[in-house]
Amino acid sequence: MDDWRNGGFGLYLHWPFCQSKCPYCDFNSHVAATIDQHRWGRAYLSEIHRIGAETPGRVLNSVFFGGGTPSLMQPDLVAAILETVRATWPLANDLEVTLEANPGSVEAGRFRGFREAGVNRVSMGIQALNDADLKKLGRLHSVAEARAAFDVARTTFDRVSFDLIYARQDQSLADWRQELTEALTMAADHLSMYQLTIEDGTAFGDRFKRGKLRGLPPDDLSADMYVLTQDICAAAGLPAYEVSNHAQPGSESRHNLIYWRAGDYAGIGPGAHGRLTLNGDRWATEAPRSPGEWLAQVERDGNGEVPRARLDRQEQGLEYLMMALRLSEGLDLPRYRAISGADPDERKLRDLVEIGMIERAGNRLRATTDGRMVLNSVIADLAGD
Amino acid sequence: MPRMTQLDLIRNFSIVAHIDHGKSTLADRLIQLTGTVAERDMKAQILDSMDIERERGITIKANTVRIEYPAKDGRTYILNLIDTPGHVDFAYEVSRSMRAVEGSLLVVDASQGVEAQTLANVYQALDAGHDIVPVLNKIDLPAAEPERVKTQIEDVIGLDASDAVLISAKSGLGIPDVLEAIVTRLPPPKGDRTAPLKAMLVDSWYDAYLGVVVMIRVMDGVIRKGDRVKMMQTGAVYGIDRLAVLKPQMVDIEELGPGEIGVLTASIKQVRDTRVGDTITHEKKGCDAPLPGFKPAQPVVFCGLFPVDANDFESLREAIEKLALNDASFTYEMETSAALGFGFRCGFLGLLHLEVVRDRLEREYDLDLITTAPSVVYQIYMKDGTVQELHNPTDMPDLTYVDHIEEPRIRATIMVPDDYLGDVLKLCQDRRGIQLDLSYAGSRAMVVYDLPLNEVVFDFYDRLKSVTKGYASFDYQITGYREDFLVKMSILVNDEPVDALSMMVHRDRADMRGRAMVEKLKELIPRHMFKIPIQAAIGSRVIARETLSAMRKDVTAKCYGGDATRKRKLLDKQKAGKKKMRQFGKVEIPQQAFISALKMDN
Repeated sequence: MDDWRNGGFGLYLHWPFCQSKCPYCDFNSHVAATIDQHRWGRAYLSEIHRIGAETPGRVLNSVFFGGGTPSLMQPDLVAAILETVRATWPLANDLEVTLEANPGSVEAGRFRGFREAGVNRVSMGIQALNDADLKKLGRLHSVAEARAAFDVARTTFDRVSFDLIYARQDQSLADWRQELTEALTMAADHLSMYQLTIEDGTAFGDRFKRGKLRGLPPDDLSADMYVLTQDICAAAGLPAYEVSNHAQPGSESRHNLIYWRAGDYAGIGPGAHGRLTLNGDRWATEAPRSPGEWLAQVERDGNGEVPRARLDRQEQGLEYLMMALRLSEGLDLPRYRAISGADPDERKLRDLVEIGMIERAGNRLRATTDGRMVLNSVIADLAGD
Repeated sequence: MPRMTQLDLIRNFSIVAHIDHGKSTLADRLIQLTGTVAERDMKAQILDSMDIERERGITIKANTVRIEYPAKDGRTYILNLIDTPGHVDFAYEVSRSMRAVEGSLLVVDASQGVEAQTLANVYQALDAGHDIVPVLNKIDLPAAEPERVKTQIEDVIGLDASDAVLISAKSGLGIPDVLEAIVTRLPPPKGDRTAPLKAMLVDSWYDAYLGVVVMIRVMDGVIRKGDRVKMMQTGAVYGIDRLAVLKPQMVDIEELGPGEIGVLTASIKQVRDTRVGDTITHEKKGCDAPLPGFKPAQPVVFCGLFPVDANDFESLREAIEKLALNDASFTYEMETSAALGFGFRCGFLGLLHLEVVRDRLEREYDLDLITTAPSVVYQIYMKDGTVQELHNPTDMPDLTYVDHIEEPRIRATIMVPDDYLGDVLKLCQDRRGIQLDLSYAGSRAMVVYDLPLNEVVFDFYDRLKSVTKGYASFDYQITGYREDFLVKMSILVNDEPVDALSMMVHRDRADMRGRAMVEKLKELIPRHMFKIPIQAAIGSRVIARETLSAMRKDVTAKCYGGDATRKRKLLDKQKAGKKKMRQFGKVEIPQQAFISALKMDN
């Protein structure tokens, strides 16, 4: 059995356009005046056909429309894509089709159309529950709009999740406790909560470098906020199943689990990445980041990828390690050995267990809550020579 | 080709001055005014040939220039100026240069007055039996006080300054008077041209085209091109390929007789084969006894030099070997450190020499180096009666076998404006100094202290500079060894000793030094996933302790399918970065932390 089957198979589609660029966002998103959605649709369909021909007969577990702001897509376009998907792969009984949505009124108006197209889950970028902070984060919606859109989503889709950003400028532990408690009263079955990260090449990144981004919480406060989040969410029945993701047991994002469980996924659209196991080799695929370039390449060559890279066993092992340890369920040691051809360094493991960062249960290796807070160091340690 | 000159038409002299008092500028003017160098070839500080010399305004290698001066008496004189190193690190080299000439110009800045360094060199000149002509420079500055400075010269040095020559080397004012004073007030050399050859090796250096060039002063006899000569200390025999005088470029000469100064080349492979102060004579019919005062080079300060990038070790080895060919006073041997990997334990004449060598290695050989804390040479008296020299605290023997430890002491002379005297006294007192003398010359105080050298190599210069806002001048000479309560202080990180950070300190100073070091390390070592005790200890006794708290937050908030490649590559990059980390038990210490912790100017 190919190893990817332990994680499943999914399709990621990247819609690269936004109405405006948020100052913290380092995703591949662009603001464009006019978008020819028909033309884009043809390119997506062509790419689905191409990947489908390489992966015939695979059972598809998930489709994810990410961005950018895919809720800006016309429901017709989403429908056409999903129709092609259905014609290309056999579908799992519980196929998850997620679309990322901005919680604005325009988007809410399209929700019914998305549902009819086959979307059964939305993930909404609410980000904050106070207007001042939404403005600082460069969001175009207000809290009231977000709540209204969220209500529409809940009545429209089977499953709804939303994102919050915390450890924001000038946010205290008490502020966050209050906001989180409020969020939990809204939450359905899934919540993603990301600590604000200052990325290079973003507006925040530039401001930070110039010393103009003040009031960011020190590490100890972010750590306290993280612990608080774990405790409050667990008590509310939404335990963490990944570093930044919480769900009622059974309501985890199946699509994202494919990434963290090192399954196969096709990535379609500008800047999209994929992992495909073909004839025993595992390939990392990548598309040109620029929307115009991607579109032109697909139309010209019938192929929207840059040259693929074959991953060796060591690279595959490293990816499995760094993805799986993000999950509460952790990493399966026999599987790690099968992928990488080696075991993690026993001495380092023992040290990490001793200092309480890692726990071992049978064949599984899990990061503790403390370990998950410093997971980059844990992984760097295990991955080091 | 010119032949040798008669004795009474020769004047040999050096210039004694403090840094910035105008020694090099005066030399430039003398060379210019006598037309020794064509105007178009003239550049500032013509005698300082190394970049480091020009940049820092110091002279490291002796240099010489032969000037022809038509004096007022109608005769043309040969003036040989030897530009001596002015720094205490090169005291022995200075003393040899001084022995090669009969007189000195004492150049004093007419606004600054006498400085400590001036004093040390004046004493060297007096020791060498020089006649001295005081020269007051920068008299055209508004702040110039020639009368006050004359009095100071008389009070402090005991020299008659009433006939001091007043000049401005910068504008050229008074330069003819200086030339005339050299002829009329300095004595001609003595010597017997019929006696067996006796010449002093004043200095030597490596020239890319000529090989080793040796500067000599002939005392007796005559040396000619083609002669076979013997170095009396090394016993080596060479045939002279070339004989020349420096103007300052080389001009060949047939022979050099008594009183003359010139250079020779003789297929000598390495500067190391030449010894400053050695006596050169003919292989056959040589002189009976060598010139007095020869001393082999004796390093007094040691430190480890390690490449920042371990892969540069071989380049460092090559660079050090090459540099050592040109510098006999610099010693080295391989050293292995758990903290810093492979490197060299090097010996130097002093701190400036250390800095110069390190600068040259970094600059001329393009290396990044870590310098460990400089250490002096301790004498370890063992209970079995033997004595060991300790160059490296890491090699400190087990205390149960040690009877007592002696350390080198210096006699330090500090000149400082009155206002800062209190701070200077406190600094010396803090550094275990014993006051030997305190006197005044005008508003400047001169203090003489007996100090342990190890307190001076730490950061004495920098402290002195900062407490006196740069107004103090400082000089020292090593006086001998004395017993004291010295201990080896170790630094432990997470209970593991870090060899590169151990140092010898006086017991009374250990607590303070230990505390400073652990506090600094706490800032420099990155947080780990666990807390890390950082301790300073003497034997098993901890004298200072800090705890670096555990890192609490280091995780990427978002990591999805599109992030896998980037994160994986980042991890690979981190792995490469780890090569710049040193592992101590479970703790990784970045190379940079050592560099900062060991920085001398902390």
